[in-house]
Amino acid sequence: MNTNIAVKDKPRKNALVMFIHKMGSPPWFYDFTGKLIPWFWLIFGVLTAWGLYLGLVKAPADYLQGESFRIMYIHVPSAWMSMLIYSSMAVMGFIALVWRVRMMEILAMSSAPVGAAFTLVALVTGSLWGRPTWGTYWVWDARLTSELVLLFLYLGVMGLHNAIDEPRKAARAACLLALVGAVNLPIIHYSVKWWNTLHQGSSISITGGSNIDPSMLWPLLIMAIAVKFYYVANLLTRARVRLLEQDLRKGWVRNLVRERIK
Amino acid sequence: MNPEYTAGSLSGAFAALVRRDLLLAFRRRTELLFPVIFLLVVISLFPLGIGPSPQLLARIAPGVIWIAALLATVISLDALFRSDFEDGTLEQFVISGHPLTLIALAKIATHWLVAGLPIVLLSPLLALWMNLPLESLSVMVVTLALGTPILSLIGSIGVGLTISLKRGGQLLSLLVFPLYVPILIIATAAVMAASDGLPYVQFLGLLIAGLITSVTLAPFAAAAALKISLS
Repeated sequence: MNTNIAVKDKPRKNALVMFIHKMGSPPWFYDFTGKLIPWFWLIFGVLTAWGLYLGLVKAPADYLQGESFRIMYIHVPSAWMSMLIYSSMAVMGFIALVWRVRMMEILAMSSAPVGAAFTLVALVTGSLWGRPTWGTYWVWDARLTSELVLLFLYLGVMGLHNAIDEPRKAARAACLLALVGAVNLPIIHYSVKWWNTLHQGSSISITGGSNIDPSMLWPLLIMAIAVKFYYVANLLTRARVRLLEQDLRKGWVRNLVRERIK
Repeated sequence: MNPEYTAGSLSGAFAALVRRDLLLAFRRRTELLFPVIFLLVVISLFPLGIGPSPQLLARIAPGVIWIAALLATVISLDALFRSDFEDGTLEQFVISGHPLTLIALAKIATHWLVAGLPIVLLSPLLALWMNLPLESLSVMVVTLALGTPILSLIGSIGVGLTISLKRGGQLLSLLVFPLYVPILIIATAAVMAASDGLPYVQFLGLLIAGLITSVTLAPFAAAAALKISLS
């Protein structure tokens, strides 16, 4: 293909620049990520098993909340990921819009469902955790409320992306919306936080400061790293499928199918 | 278009566009009234739904009026670029040589004059309906005067993104309501503070900051959104 010729002609400047250029080419991307994904799933599986074992079995029960605090090992990493994925989606969306990189459009749009899923998990586990600690499933707590608005932002991006038929136009429109949301997100976050203190005299703190015992903290950190591997593995799997769908009639997909049939 | 406006200068194009859109709006006067009637109907449903207790109504008045204003704005937003998109005028704007940002700003300004300003003018009446104390009535009007332009500005981005869709209206509300959250919080907080006799100037300052930020940023985003939709 064209890209191969361009790569051969130019002298090798920088391995990283070369790598990024190569990743812009669909066959390269498909091939490289195909080799990478199993490793990410494996690392995710091992880390999750280890983290959950430490968190659910080894860690002692909390003196105040009893066993219910263990929901933290799912809730807190999910909540962190929900915000991290939104910002990574916005950064990828920015790159896609400014430099018109198709692979980035695909990656940004593949991020949205994963991020929305993490946000939903954070909301559901948050309200399940609220039942034993606050005595009610839902409190208009600042963090829960911002997570809820974040979920709406994700749903907007996904809804817009699904509503437009033409794939590249859909991706560009949704990327722009993600960027607008990213500009607004800090404002929404702080206004909700401030709204909460305005309407409730004392806000309820879940984690209660940073004096958390290492035996409880380690599983949390392991889980936080594990979900990042999950994100990348899930993201790349989705991106590969989307790439195949879009390039259904291109030569490289045909060659791929021919190889598979052999 | 009127020949007395030269196509050359930016301000000429801006004025011509505002004039044309206002003229179009006033030729369809009944459509002009829809958001206002909608607002009146929605507000009057609240006392029917929760009872006519004056204290209760006064307590929820800022939120109710503001949420009704959000709904009325979103309903009227769809008309912002719709007819220009459907008859191809929007494409002519793009190739006219004038920056699309300026054109978007002119359309937004007209939208506010047609859909936002009536809400501001009507709000004292709504506030009286909802038993809002007189001392916070003026604050209510000021928050609406500062806040409704922000609603039009942010909304224009959503309209730009959904314009090419057949049924963009439902999606539009999903896109813009989360972005309206900070304005709703700050504006209602100002009115509530005024009702309780607390200082409220800082909230108005925040609204002005929001207005300046969205005037400077939103037209660019709306123009970018329109370009994507037209591509």
